[in-house]
Amino acid sequence: MGTLLFELALTFYFAAAIISVVELFRGSKEASRLTFYATCAGFAIHTACILFRYFSSGHLPITSMHEASSFFAWCIVFIYFLLEYQYKIGLIGSFILPVVFVLMLSSSVLPRQIMPLDPVLQSYWLGIHTLLAFLGNAAFATAFGIGIMYLIQEHYLKSKHLHGLFQRLPSIQVLDEINYKLISIGFPLLTLAIITGIIWANNAWGSYWRWDPKEVWSMITWLIYALILHIRLTAGWRGKKAAILSIIGFVVVMFTFFGVNLLLKSVHIFK
Amino acid sequence: MKVLVIGLNHKTADVEVREKLAFNGEKLETGVLRLREIPEVKEVSVLSTCNRVEMYICVTDEGPAIEKIKLFLAEFHNLNRNSFEPHLYLLSETEAVRHIFRVASSLDSMVLGEPQILGQLKDAFDFSLAKKTTGVMMNKLMKKAISTAKRVRTETRIAENAVSISFAAVELARKIFKELAGTSCMLLGAGEMAELAARHLVNNGVSNVMVANRTYERGCELAKEFSGSPVKYENFIDELSHVDIILCSTGAPTYVLKKEQMHKVMKDRRHKPVFIIDISVPRNIDPEINDLDSVYLYNVDDLQEVIDTNILERQKEAEKAEAIVLEEVEKFSKWVSSLDSVPVIVALRQKAEEIKKEELEKLKNKLPDIDEATMKALEYTAGAIVNKLIHPPTAAMKEDSSDRDEAVALIKKIYGINGDDSEE
Repeated sequence: MGTLLFELALTFYFAAAIISVVELFRGSKEASRLTFYATCAGFAIHTACILFRYFSSGHLPITSMHEASSFFAWCIVFIYFLLEYQYKIGLIGSFILPVVFVLMLSSSVLPRQIMPLDPVLQSYWLGIHTLLAFLGNAAFATAFGIGIMYLIQEHYLKSKHLHGLFQRLPSIQVLDEINYKLISIGFPLLTLAIITGIIWANNAWGSYWRWDPKEVWSMITWLIYALILHIRLTAGWRGKKAAILSIIGFVVVMFTFFGVNLLLKSVHIFK
Repeated sequence: MKVLVIGLNHKTADVEVREKLAFNGEKLETGVLRLREIPEVKEVSVLSTCNRVEMYICVTDEGPAIEKIKLFLAEFHNLNRNSFEPHLYLLSETEAVRHIFRVASSLDSMVLGEPQILGQLKDAFDFSLAKKTTGVMMNKLMKKAISTAKRVRTETRIAENAVSISFAAVELARKIFKELAGTSCMLLGAGEMAELAARHLVNNGVSNVMVANRTYERGCELAKEFSGSPVKYENFIDELSHVDIILCSTGAPTYVLKKEQMHKVMKDRRHKPVFIIDISVPRNIDPEINDLDSVYLYNVDDLQEVIDTNILERQKEAEKAEAIVLEEVEKFSKWVSSLDSVPVIVALRQKAEEIKKEELEKLKNKLPDIDEATMKALEYTAGAIVNKLIHPPTAAMKEDSSDRDEAVALIKKIYGINGDDSEE
């Protein structure tokens, strides 16, 4: 049942990602609508899949790499819906849904069995800490997509070759504003995630900070986004520089998420 | 009944010819009514704009009708037939329908995709509707022309790209700023084109206009026109930190704004985007300014290039639009052939027979002991009543008269006979 739901959600996300990329080049209104419906269907099934796993394991399904990738993808789609609701820029999907699909795909190849929960993790902090971290990272993932949109639109305007996507992308000021909003939402979430993590670490392991690679890389992520917000507020750095930094920021997020688990030894490792 | 288009447009006739054939002012009313008086002409509507004069006509007999219309044109406009006849085009049936749909969708316009034509067509149609010179066919045709044009508008991007300098400026500004309302604009110099662009920007929401002109008085005048404020030309750079759009056409022989100066301005305005349009030749704004982050500098050639690509883009979209038009023409033709009376007569008869059978069945159930002979007599009477009742509508549909189509349409409506699914 859980497997079936997961595969179904994956299929819908796959369809949505493909259609949304086709939409980039073709630009038909039907494609845009189809993308949205496929994503809605994928999201509904995905939600059911996560709930199913929650009830069969008894804890929030974010302890294995399979679960974590899947949940990360879920959070991004959630933020995508919020953005669509507020800004109604159909094209956003083309830049976010492929990321969602890649996350779901990596989730699908990872071992799926439900592992017994490590006693250390049995705490309500698990829910709070991870939820904050994932939502924060999802906001950064979306900011990454928006950042790319910004750079494309900026390139059109600077090079003065105004064809293709130019007409359909929103104004750079809107993109910059969304980018800024997402980071200013993601940053406090990440900050809270780190704080709750520190408290939880003290409860579970008896020390606040252990220079664990995951901790270190989360801190680096935090610093990058702190920097983006800081120079924006002080020097008024916005637009292109902010877009580039938000792309770099997300690369670091992805490394913290996947790289640390695969390449470095960490207590945070998902099983 | 056949649909005809007789007319001329900017492609077939120069303005000297077009203006002579134009139906403007009172001429339109008398013209339309006179055309309707031609016996073969059953329905008529006339579209007369600066680019085209076209008559949309439903006729019973094509040949004589065309001849009489040409005679009428010569007489009505007081012209020699040879002076306009070579410029006329003549389309009938599907080709005529296609032409009308193309005109409505602005595929036949001088500026492809320009939006005015649909309004003009609507006005022409409303006018003939008010003068009662149209009927079922033309009403449907015009309704379909309008809905086709709307389909083209929503399903293609034929009207989306600006094809004039001023519109291109507005379009670009829209892709730079979140909204034009609340942005401010500075007119540097008072060139005509810059002024026109400024007017378009203001019409699209730009609220605060500053004018810096070498002669301060002229600047004041212009500022007044835009209900903006004049700025001393010598000090214009000081104001730039709160200007979002700069329109420049000073006629100065050198650059009036250099990169270092703009760099400082950008710092002062905390890198909020700036859109600079340099319409002057020689250029007045250092082109290197475009290298600065968040500064978008366009000169005349850049804008012209934008327009050229937009025109190409429209042509591409026009291909999609043509396909939509063909689709709609086909639907319309189907509707026209559904006006053919035979299937309607058959359907009407069928309906009547059904009712008869049903009622007789009910009677049998009510009077189970009824004998065969009485039943036969009753059936015969029922049949006679049915026949007598449907005879007049059937006859009206068979009759070869001008209101036959109207009769068919009406009967279909009254009896709920469906032969056409193109109705929205």
